[in-house]
Amino acid sequence: MTTLLNEVAVSPARAPARNRRPRRWYRLISPLVLVVTWEAAARTGVLPEEKVPAPSVVARTGWRLATEGELTTHLLDSLTRALIGLAIGGSLAVVLAATAALLRLGDNAIDPPVQMARMLPHLGLVPLLIIWVGIGEELKISLVALGSFFPLYFNTYAGIRDIDQRLVEAAKTCGLNQWQRLRHVVLPGALPSLFLGLRLAIGAGWLSLVVGEQVNAQTGIGFLMMEAREFAQTDVVVFGLLVYALLGLLSDALIRIAERRTLAWRRGLQAT
Amino acid sequence: MATRPASDLTVRVTGLRRAFGDTKVLDGADLTVGRGEVVALLGGSGSGKSTLLRALAGLDPDATGVIEVPDHYGVVFQEHRLLPWKRVADNVALGLTGADARTRALGALTEVGLGDRGGAWPAELSGGQAQRVAVARALVREPELLLLDEPFGALDALTRLRMQQLLERLRQRHGFAALLVTHDVDEALLLADRALILEGGRIAEEVPVTLPRPRHQDDPGFGGLRRHLLDRLGVPAG
Repeated sequence: MTTLLNEVAVSPARAPARNRRPRRWYRLISPLVLVVTWEAAARTGVLPEEKVPAPSVVARTGWRLATEGELTTHLLDSLTRALIGLAIGGSLAVVLAATAALLRLGDNAIDPPVQMARMLPHLGLVPLLIIWVGIGEELKISLVALGSFFPLYFNTYAGIRDIDQRLVEAAKTCGLNQWQRLRHVVLPGALPSLFLGLRLAIGAGWLSLVVGEQVNAQTGIGFLMMEAREFAQTDVVVFGLLVYALLGLLSDALIRIAERRTLAWRRGLQAT
Repeated sequence: MATRPASDLTVRVTGLRRAFGDTKVLDGADLTVGRGEVVALLGGSGSGKSTLLRALAGLDPDATGVIEVPDHYGVVFQEHRLLPWKRVADNVALGLTGADARTRALGALTEVGLGDRGGAWPAELSGGQAQRVAVARALVREPELLLLDEPFGALDALTRLRMQQLLERLRQRHGFAALLVTHDVDEALLLADRALILEGGRIAEEVPVTLPRPRHQDDPGFGGLRRHLLDRLGVPAG
């Protein structure tokens, strides 16, 4: 009787692991239903063509843009802006956050202005930025840099501050000097927050790029959309939106893979 | 106990003071630990035992007084304090230099009976196992002195007994001196050569424990000493 009870108790606990794969597929159903409904509504004329084109039309337009090579040019330009902006804003954020979190002088000097600047909606700075850096590439890159700076700054700062002081002490008793403690305790301890900040920063960076590329761009996905709007090519506008969404999804997925690899120790934590 | 010549001492503390605000926790405490000697530091909670040990471990820059400790010492805290992002063997090897660091770490793990868990994450260990890793991490530095801050206080009674036996074995093999902060009178009597009672910020009493080893709670003489220490700590016989 006891063994029977044990078996009953054990099997439900194991079940979720086996179910994990099929359940992922279930999550695709509702988006598919939405797309099919959209297609049907567009074909039957419930949705007017010039307002919302059918998914199949958007797909065909996308295919055309992709095969004609136009998409690649614009995509590369958008990606370059995003990467440069993220690199500038991100590295600045990590360096300043680390300085503020680790040094009292840094905290006093850096944190108050950052806290104040955070309250400014950075997309509202566009007019000022145009006066400062013009309407060229610098504007797009500064917007991305500004957008990605704040999430990464705050998460890095909090990640370092939240490190268990007792671990730092233990490292000290193992003879680690300040630099070694930074490398073996502070950096790995702050890494989960840093990854979270990076994911938020990338999201904010894409958002800033969308806005930036609508100001006098000659290339980029945003330009593609603005140009299409002038000619009332709704399919291209919707396709541009999709590309932005896919870029966001893809960059997020990449970070999550990197996160899972780097933070393998947390899986051990979750397993117990 | 007669005064030892200085060369026989591993620890010498004179006039140790530490205050938190207006509260004087340590008020001129003096103590010594001989070479290879195990000294238990007893005291009620808030008596400053841990403060004293932290000062010896170099973790309290605000403590004043003369503190002499050997260069090679290890610390075991009440919590294991392993870095969760380093595998067990890397935790033990933390701060070790040289090509044989990993071999030494695995050797220390084997000594505490965890030679096969070097590749595990700390989160995968039980409380007792994690504490044994913490002991290995202190041991691998070949310390002349171990500073133990209620090292087994958070463990269950059975695990605690095993850990006490393990520590006794390790001490016999390696001959390190130890300062054991504990509130457990039995633990002090099982492991220590001498018990000190910290009271009012000073060492108020010193009790030599001369019971033969290996010791057991049932040994004659154990009960009397326990009674005396408990009385001294303010737990009189009912």
